[in-house]
Amino acid sequence: MQRKNVLLWISAALVYLFLYLPLVIVVVFSFNDSRLNAEWVGFTWKWYGKLFHNQEMLTAAMNSLIIAGVSAAVATVLGTLAGLAMEQSRQRLLQMLVLAPIAMPEILMGVSLLVLFIMVNMTLGLLSIMLAHITFCIGFVALAVQARISSMDPGLVEAARDLGASPWRCFREITLPLLMPGILAGALMAFTLSIDDFVITFFTAGVGSSTLPLQIYSMVKIAVTPEVNAVSTLLMLLTLVVITVASRLSPAVFRGE
Amino acid sequence: MQGKSWSKYLLSLPPMAYLLIFFAAPTLIMLFASFRYPGEYGGLAPWYLQENGRITLDLTLENWQRLLCTDIYIRLFIKSIGYAVAATLICMVMGYPLALMIARSGRKSRDLLLLLVILPFWSNFLVRIYAWMIIFSPVGALTRMLNGVLDLFGVGPVTLMYSPTAMLVCLVYVHLPFMVLPLYANLEKHDLDLLDAAQDLGAGKWRRFWLITWPLSLSGVIAGSILVFIPVLGMFAIPDLLGGTDGIMIGNVIKQQFMESRDWPFGSVLSMVLTVTAVAVVLLGSRLGQRR
Amino acid sequence: MEITELLEIVTVSRHFDDFVALDKVSLHIEAGEFFTLLGPSGCGKTTLLRLIAGFDQPDGGDILLDGKTILAAPPERRPLHTIFQNYALFPHMTVAENIAFPLRMAGIAKKEIQARVAEALDDVRLPDKARQYPDALSGGQKQRIAIARALVNRPRLLLLDEPLSALDAKLREQMQIELINLQKDIGITFIYVTHDQGEALALSHRIAVMDCGKIVQVDVPERLYGVPNSRFVADFIGKCNLLEGRVREQQGDSVIVELDGLGPVHVCRSETKFAAGSRCALTLRPEKIRIAAAIVNSADDESHFTGHVHDLLYLGDVTVYIVTLANGLLLEALLANSASGRTNFFEVGDQVEVAWSCDAGHLVLD
Repeated sequence: MQRKNVLLWISAALVYLFLYLPLVIVVVFSFNDSRLNAEWVGFTWKWYGKLFHNQEMLTAAMNSLIIAGVSAAVATVLGTLAGLAMEQSRQRLLQMLVLAPIAMPEILMGVSLLVLFIMVNMTLGLLSIMLAHITFCIGFVALAVQARISSMDPGLVEAARDLGASPWRCFREITLPLLMPGILAGALMAFTLSIDDFVITFFTAGVGSSTLPLQIYSMVKIAVTPEVNAVSTLLMLLTLVVITVASRLSPAVFRGE
Repeated sequence: MQGKSWSKYLLSLPPMAYLLIFFAAPTLIMLFASFRYPGEYGGLAPWYLQENGRITLDLTLENWQRLLCTDIYIRLFIKSIGYAVAATLICMVMGYPLALMIARSGRKSRDLLLLLVILPFWSNFLVRIYAWMIIFSPVGALTRMLNGVLDLFGVGPVTLMYSPTAMLVCLVYVHLPFMVLPLYANLEKHDLDLLDAAQDLGAGKWRRFWLITWPLSLSGVIAGSILVFIPVLGMFAIPDLLGGTDGIMIGNVIKQQFMESRDWPFGSVLSMVLTVTAVAVVLLGSRLGQRR
Repeated sequence: MEITELLEIVTVSRHFDDFVALDKVSLHIEAGEFFTLLGPSGCGKTTLLRLIAGFDQPDGGDILLDGKTILAAPPERRPLHTIFQNYALFPHMTVAENIAFPLRMAGIAKKEIQARVAEALDDVRLPDKARQYPDALSGGQKQRIAIARALVNRPRLLLLDEPLSALDAKLREQMQIELINLQKDIGITFIYVTHDQGEALALSHRIAVMDCGKIVQVDVPERLYGVPNSRFVADFIGKCNLLEGRVREQQGDSVIVELDGLGPVHVCRSETKFAAGSRCALTLRPEKIRIAAAIVNSADDESHFTGHVHDLLYLGDVTVYIVTLANGLLLEALLANSASGRTNFFEVGDQVEVAWSCDAGHLVLD
C-alpha cells in the first residue's frame, strides 16, 4: 500500500528545487544579453558564438575529449578485468586497491600523483593527466561490471559448459555478451568522470595541457561571465546525454551502490 | 574455471599492477616525502648525502614538528572537520525525506525520481559551484532582495559571497546525492509489513518512524555520512571560490603547499594526516555499520 | 439479551480501479470463534483482512466491533492485532523487545511490561529466547514469537494472514495443532486467512469460502465438505466428481436425476427443492464410491455403473483409480489399501464396477 505523506512530498519537492534551480539559472543566463548574470535583459546566442572563436577554449575542449577517450578506453579494459577477478575470487588486496581511490578525498590522489610524476622526471601534460584519470576510473568500471555479474544467473555459465563449451568459448559467447551493458555503462561513466574531473587534473596538468574544467576554473577565478554559462550549458548537455544512455544500459549501477 | 589458480591472477594482474604503481606507490612516496627536507626551489631535497664516497640518509622530523608546534594547523583541521560535520548533518536532514519519498513511491516513478537526483550529481563539479557564485553574487537578485529587506529594518547591507555560509550551502549542494543514494538503497529494501505490524500493535506515525524506519536505516545513514564527510573534508575548490578568507579548509592549505609555497614535505605531512583521518572515518563507519 | 456477536461486516465493498476486490460482503463473526476466510488467490480474502485491521478503507459498507463502527479508527487504535505472513518481527529488536512493543505503545509501566513479556514467553514455551534477535530463530519459533507479540496485550480479535504458508509440511501440521489448542485456551476470536482448504477444514469452527470478491458459502467444515452449495465450493474443497444431469422429478427429499449419458439415478436426503427439468450436477466424493470387480450385495438405493480403469495412482494408504464410464466420463474413486501386497488391486484396462448409495451424492444447481 502506498503511504502518501504530504509533509514528506513537500520537503522532497523543495530538495528537488534546491538541486535544479542553480543549474536552471546557469542555463538561462547563458542566453542573456548582458555581461552581468543579474537580471534578464534579452535573448542572445552571442556567448555561444564567442565560445567557438575562443582558441584557448577550443584547445581545452579538444584536450578534454582526447584525455576522456583514452582514459575511458584503458580504464574500461582494466576495470572489466578487475570486476571479473573480484567476482571470481575474494582478493582482498585487489578489492582494496579498486575501492580506496573512490573512497579517498580526491586531493590526496592529485598531490601524490604530482609527487610521483615529478620524482620520475615526467613532464606534466596530457599523458600524466591520462594516467591519473585511469587510476580513479578503474574502480567505477569495476563496480559497474561487478554489479552486472552478480545479477547474472550463474547457471547460464554452467549450462554452457555442460553443453560442451570450453571456458574460453563460454566467456566469449555467454559471459561477455551478457556483461556488455555493464561494461558500456562503466565506459560511459569513466568518460564523464574524466571529462568532468577538476581536482586531480588541477595537480597533474602542465603548461599547455589545460582541460575544460581547468579553463572554467581560471575564468571563474577572475570574473563571472556569461561565456562560462555557455560552456557550462554545453558540458551539461554532453553529460546529460551520456549519463542517460548509461543509466538505460545498466540501471543497477546508478542506484547508489 | 575453479581450480586454476593462475587464471584468477591473469585477470587481476593488470589492474592490480596499475593501481599499485599509480595509487599505492604514490601514497607511500608521500609518506616518505613527509620526512624529507624541502628543495631549494620547491619540491624535495635529495634524501641522502654523499660525503667522501659515503652515503648517509638525510631525513628529518621537522615537518611533523611544525604541524604540532603551533596550533594553527590543528585548529584548521578541527575547523575543517566542523564544516564537514555540518555539511554531513545538513545533507542528512535534506536527503532523508527525499530518499524516503523515492523509496515509498510507486515502482514506475521510482527510477525517474532517482535519475533526477543523479543528474545534477553528474553535471560538472565546477559548473555546480559556478551556479552558486551567480546566486550569491553581490549584483544577483538574492543579495539585492535580502539587502532590500534588511534595509527596512535599518540593518546594513550584507554580502553572501565569500562567506562560510555560501561555502556550506555549496558543499551541501555538491554532496547531497552522496547521501541520498545509499539512504535510498537502504530504505527501498525495508519490509513495509514491519510498519504495518508496528501500526497494528499501536504505534502512531512518529513512533513508527523513530522506532522502526530510523533504526533500520542506520547503516544507510552511516554509509551516506561517510560518502559526504570524506570528500568535504578534503575539499579545496569550493572554499577557494566561495569561502573567502574565513572559509579556508585543510584542502586549501595542502594545495597551497604543493602549488604556491612549494613546500612539499609539509604538504605531504598534511596529506598524510588527511589520509589517516579519512581511513579512520571509513573504518569507524564500517565498524558501526556492522554492529547493526 | 446476551450479545455474542463480536464482529459484523455489513455490505463492504472495495474496488481497485476497475478491479472489484470485494463486492458487498457481509459476515457475522461470534466471540470465541475460530473463523476462516478461504479462497483462491485474488478472491478478496486478504483485502477483507486488511480492511478489518484498518490498513485499508472500504469504498462502501461498514465494519462493526461490539456493535460500534471501527472504520474511523486507524489501525493503531483498533483492539485487534494481525499475524503477518512472514511474521514481521522487528529485526533490530530482541525477542523480548518485540513482545514488549505493543505494551510500550500502550504506555504500560516498565515493571509490568517485564512481567508480562516473561509470561508471554512462557506461554509460547520459549523463555530462553528473550535476548535473541529474530534472525536467530527458526520458522516455527518466529511464528510463536509473532503470536506472543500479538496476544500480549489481549486484543479482542486476532487476524492471521496465511501464517503457516512459510513453514514446511511437517512443521505446519504441528503448528496447526498448536494454533487450535492456543485458541481454545485463550478464547480470543481468530480470523484466519488461507488458500489451503485442508488447513481451513482442520482448524476452523466456521469457514467462509470466497471467490471473485464474494462470499459463496459460510458453514461449519463438515457441511462445507458434505453439502457444498455450488460447483465452486464442491470443487474447491477436497476432491470431487461432478456428474452433469437434469432433474427429472422430486418427491419430498428424494430426487430422480437423469445423468447425461448414464441414465437415471436416485438421490435422497436433498435439502433443496428443484424444479423438474433444471440442469444440475451431482457431486460425489471419491471416498464415497465403491469400486469392485463386480458389485455384490448391492442395496436397492445404490446406483451402479460399469467402467474401465483408465489410470491409477498408488499413494500408500489408498489407491486412486480413474475409471472411464460408458459416457466417456472420468470418475475418481478411492480404495483403501487395507490388505498387504497387491491383493484387491486392479490394473489399467481392467473392467470394474462402481457404485454409490443414494445419500452419498449431493446435488448442486447450475
